[in-house]
Amino acid sequence: MKVGLFIPCYVDQFYPKVGIATFELLQKLGCDVDFPMKQTCCGQPMANSGYQHLTKGCDANFITNFADFDYIVCPSGSCVMHVKEHLHSDTNEEEATRLRANVYELTEFITDILKVKSIEGDFPFKVGMHQSCHGQRGLKLSQMSELNAPFFSKPEQLLHNIKGLALVSLTRKDECCGFGGTFCVTEEAISVKMGQDRIKDHEKYQVDYITGGDMSCLMHLEGILRRQNSPIKIIHIAEILNSI
Amino acid sequence: MKNNISHSEAAEIFNKDVERVNWHDETLWFVREKRDRSAHQIPEWELLRETASQIKLNVLSNIHDYLVEFEANAQKNGIIVHWAANAEEHNVIVHSILEKHNVKQMVKSKSMLTEECHLNDYLTERGIDVIDSDLGERIVQLRKEPPSHIVLPAIHLKKEDVSETFYEHLGTEKGNIDPQYLTESARHHLRDIFLTRKAALTGVNFAVAETGEFVVCTNEGNADMGAHLADVHIACMGFEKLIPQRKHLGVFLRLLARSATGQPITTFSSHFKKPREGKEIHIVIVDNGRSVQLGREDFRNSLKCIRCGACMNTCPVYRRSGGHSYHNAVAGPIGSILAPNLDMKKNADLPFASTLCGSCTNVCPVKIDIHDQLYKWRQVLVQEGYTPKVKTIAMKTMATVLANPMVFDIAGKTGRFAMKNLSGLVNNKLNKWYDQREMPEVPEESFREWYKKNGKATKRKNDE
Ligand code: SF4
Repeated sequence: MKVGLFIPCYVDQFYPKVGIATFELLQKLGCDVDFPMKQTCCGQPMANSGYQHLTKGCDANFITNFADFDYIVCPSGSCVMHVKEHLHSDTNEEEATRLRANVYELTEFITDILKVKSIEGDFPFKVGMHQSCHGQRGLKLSQMSELNAPFFSKPEQLLHNIKGLALVSLTRKDECCGFGGTFCVTEEAISVKMGQDRIKDHEKYQVDYITGGDMSCLMHLEGILRRQNSPIKIIHIAEILNSI
Repeated sequence: MKNNISHSEAAEIFNKDVERVNWHDETLWFVREKRDRSAHQIPEWELLRETASQIKLNVLSNIHDYLVEFEANAQKNGIIVHWAANAEEHNVIVHSILEKHNVKQMVKSKSMLTEECHLNDYLTERGIDVIDSDLGERIVQLRKEPPSHIVLPAIHLKKEDVSETFYEHLGTEKGNIDPQYLTESARHHLRDIFLTRKAALTGVNFAVAETGEFVVCTNEGNADMGAHLADVHIACMGFEKLIPQRKHLGVFLRLLARSATGQPITTFSSHFKKPREGKEIHIVIVDNGRSVQLGREDFRNSLKCIRCGACMNTCPVYRRSGGHSYHNAVAGPIGSILAPNLDMKKNADLPFASTLCGSCTNVCPVKIDIHDQLYKWRQVLVQEGYTPKVKTIAMKTMATVLANPMVFDIAGKTGRFAMKNLSGLVNNKLNKWYDQREMPEVPEESFREWYKKNGKATKRKNDE
């Protein structure tokens, strides 16, 4: 099974550790993983700002880079969702369609394709899980509080066998953190307020770490935490799952 | 509405008072949780939503036939039916009915449509005294403010504000913030009004094509009181309020109150079918942009809305920005879809006032794909040229860099491109990210640099 590693542009630049953890984890789980060097960005920042028509270059680049793989795996729900819903091609729609169907967020790939039920690890900390909206409501990685349906959570399921990890249950289970792509600068006041409130929910349960599947949300929360000189740290779920 | 500032500016002002924002957020979240509890008690909840959605889709697809059917049946019942193409016509019609009866004072209850059409101002300018009779609406009316929420019009106000308003306008005790006392005082004041007004205007929650009747849902009973005591009852409705048959009411009444406030059903669901002897019922059926929206394939679904307000209560942005920041009669997520249809230029900011978290779509009792429509509006607004030029330039640069691996590599190396570009998006000397957040720490090397050096080695190590 050939897996193409898709690392979002800002993760590549600012959070290489997340990319490394994802890469190592997939290897441990027996995948033949490669990182196509010429990948850039999925185009989501433009598309969500209303400039979807400018993403053709990104789309074409994405298709060229990942054409050789059975699956594409990415440690970011929102980028995956963007590709799943909006990747198209004027010249090779067939390949675009195949890629749309075979792109996966990391935890859903592990649970749904690799059929791994839990992962051994060691992370002796109190952890709060920030469910990013695009992963949760977009890709349906876990049940949403608004719907009348039974509980499930792909990322949480994977955390169960991590030694020492105590996962807290937040008051507002799936409230948005306010990152929202360019929203975080165009609607700065609300964005920051939402992030602060999200952090307060975690503080209430005295967590050591906030984790999640989307580095963009975590980057926003980290920015606020550091400005507040908070002892709470952020960590991407891939890093916890790759802890041993 | 006199509001000229953008959503983000208004939200920033609203956020200056942290306590108020927290209170606003928590109050609405409380309503959202009540909604969850009562929705989750019904095993067939999701099926109900789907059924309601299908019924409304049927209505929208056959709106012409249902409207004709409704009109014929309503007329058979003795109701006088009027058609208004836009807000202006709506106001003229209402005014002419009042003039015909020589009415100088009118009570009004439960109508966001009249807000949309700015009826109050229109009538006031023509010497007619309009009194909003629902408590929340009365409060904002006394303060000369528009409602900030379609179900909870005065939700932006605390009891201290209400006390102050009543002290000023109704002569209540200064500083008395006892809700019981304040409600009582408002009741007394309104009772006199009910008894003396000859005309009453209400909204319509559901109009039944099959029977020509309409239903108004209220908790305070004011709509009934107004309508029953007056000689003339004027009901105003957007044409999308139709449902085909009476039996469909069961689906909507179960959904509406639970979605709105978490109640099993509204206290009063009043059916109006024919006028009593010597009285008149008028219905004004309004288009005002609805047929345009119906014609926009991507947005027609928004006309399924039954105005429960659930999308506002759940919206994390609405909860922290307040209804007035949306500068439109209908605020929140659904308002942000309806508003650009009415005026693209004025409301171009609204579809961007969302993180697209999708919670609105999940709570919506008629399954409107709200957040997807917000995304689609963004595309339309950009295409139509309603976004700031600087943003367009930034986006174009970004698109070029991101489409070109080599340029991207260089840009990344020289300046950690992504973040720089993100903060450069707004035409502002201040870096809007940095105002209240730290920038991420820049690592020694990017992932791709690490991979170039270690990728192959790691792979080999694992294969051994
Ligand atoms: S869009 Fe849906 S949730 Fe929002 S007010 Fe309308 S019916 Fe209610």
